[in-house]
Amino acid sequence: MTSHAFIEKAQGLAADAVELSQGLNELAHEAVGLAARGAETSGGTSPLVMGITVFVLAVFVGYHVVWRVTPALHSPLMSVTNAISSVIIVGGLIAAGAGGAGGAGFSEIMGFLAVTLASINIFGGFIVTQRMLAMFKRKQK
Amino acid sequence: MDQNLASLLYLGASVCFILALRGLSHPETSRGGNRLGMIGMAIAVAITLAMLPEIDFVLILAGVLVGGTIGTAIALKIQMTALPQLVAAFHSLVGLAAVFVAAAAFTNPAAYGLGAPGHIGAASLVEMSIGAGIGAITFTGSIIAFAKLQALMSGKPIIFPMQHWLNLGLGILTVLLVVWLSTAESGVAFWAIVAVSLALGVLIIIPIGGADMPVVISMLNSYSGWAACGIGFTLQNNLLIVAGALVGSSGAILSYVMCKGMNRSFVSVILGGFGGETAGPAAGEAGEKTYHQGAAADAAFMMRNADKVIIVPGYGFAVAQAQHALREMADLLKAEGVEVKYAVHPVAGRMPGHMNVLLAEANVPYDEVFEMAEINREFAEADVALVIGANDVTNPSARTDRSSPIYGMPILDVDKARQIFVIKRTMASGYAGVDNPLFYLDHNMMLLADAKKMCEDIVKALDR
Repeated sequence: MTSHAFIEKAQGLAADAVELSQGLNELAHEAVGLAARGAETSGGTSPLVMGITVFVLAVFVGYHVVWRVTPALHSPLMSVTNAISSVIIVGGLIAAGAGGAGGAGFSEIMGFLAVTLASINIFGGFIVTQRMLAMFKRKQK
Repeated sequence: MDQNLASLLYLGASVCFILALRGLSHPETSRGGNRLGMIGMAIAVAITLAMLPEIDFVLILAGVLVGGTIGTAIALKIQMTALPQLVAAFHSLVGLAAVFVAAAAFTNPAAYGLGAPGHIGAASLVEMSIGAGIGAITFTGSIIAFAKLQALMSGKPIIFPMQHWLNLGLGILTVLLVVWLSTAESGVAFWAIVAVSLALGVLIIIPIGGADMPVVISMLNSYSGWAACGIGFTLQNNLLIVAGALVGSSGAILSYVMCKGMNRSFVSVILGGFGGETAGPAAGEAGEKTYHQGAAADAAFMMRNADKVIIVPGYGFAVAQAQHALREMADLLKAEGVEVKYAVHPVAGRMPGHMNVLLAEANVPYDEVFEMAEINREFAEADVALVIGANDVTNPSARTDRSSPIYGMPILDVDKARQIFVIKRTMASGYAGVDNPLFYLDHNMMLLADAKKMCEDIVKALDR
């Protein structure tokens, strides 16, 4: 066998290997997808339905709690709800802390930005609410 | 950490958030409520970090440090009169953060347990696009609201032909893009949803006039909550869903209260184009009518000899930052044995509860400040009603004149007081562009000046 033919054969084999590994990769992806779909339906109730249950109940709780807020405190209500909605920092933390998970550079930056913005809101929102509420102390007459 | 334990602790954080809102039912319990809110947030962050398999702390610490410093600095420095702008700016940040989280989840779904890129479940994709879409609308909408409140752009509604059809078209386009995204998981579709939503946010807010801002700001508050909800569904995180739903319903209720205070339907506010800063369409009429003009000394004399004075603050009061001068005036009157009360209309100012915060800042005891329903009957027995920088909310034609654009709007019955003083810079009409017959009543006296200056002058006259 000439060295030329040998190289050609080796190249052919290498190409086959690449194809195989790609196939494997796709299979793995499919498996992950299937697993995710399996998880969604396992245990009788899908997470989506659970989520909707929690959501609807929380809307009712919010409705009743907020109607009891005295109108004098509607401004602090806005700023504190603003701080509370920044709990989406949770989503940012997961992305920003995902360190090393292959090729996640972009999502890490997104996570970092989300954490930064949400932090502004959390600190700013709660502190400004506290400042406002401190002014609503009972005054000595 | 065990998944079940984490879920239970998340539940604890949710309860903290609920109690934080519950605390606001009374000023005395409100501070404790706010502290519970902070505790809930701390729990949420701690649990999330404890649940991460491998943590890269650098970016997290950097983000919290940078954001925390900025947030703290702003919150400590901000003047209470700039509160509406601040809240609008904060809303925009929540919206943008929601977009970023959705983008992170879309590009690195494995980190969120949503499967590999290219294999995200259709439901997750829809949830993601809801979070990103509402987040983007909140972001640009709040920026426009901020610009209007900060007077970076005119408060006048911006209207052009086919506006609502354009918005409707963009809304339908968004839905189609969501369908495309959920079937093809295309990156183009995801970013197109974000882009269209960003445009929608601008288009929804520009036609709404400056004085409708209490509704707008509550509405954006609500949106920021729904955005958090969308992200909560994506991450299958109950805490986010609960917090988002609380905020969403809170904002929705505030919008409702504000609309009710103006006797306008939510739809008509959203469609916009109402009012604007129309200065003086009433001028022609006003030229024929006569009004009494008074000076600080007149007001000082009348109020000193009164038994009961009710003060009605409005937007002009906030703009002039007259709260401290007013408190001083009220103190002098109280020292003379005059009963002083404050009447606050639900839509006075630029955000819900705006007047209450300003009065509280000037150390006015909160039990001297009353809502419209509580105090409206007392005007009939008041010797003096002092209106400061408020206009439309005192306009009696809302009660009587069926042809008036503000007919049916609940108003403060200022005209029933024995003597009225209106502090106002000019005789121009208010936001609704309607002339106010109150000004021409025989028992009214106009004090044409800046609210702060006039209050100081009255204080001087009382001192004499």
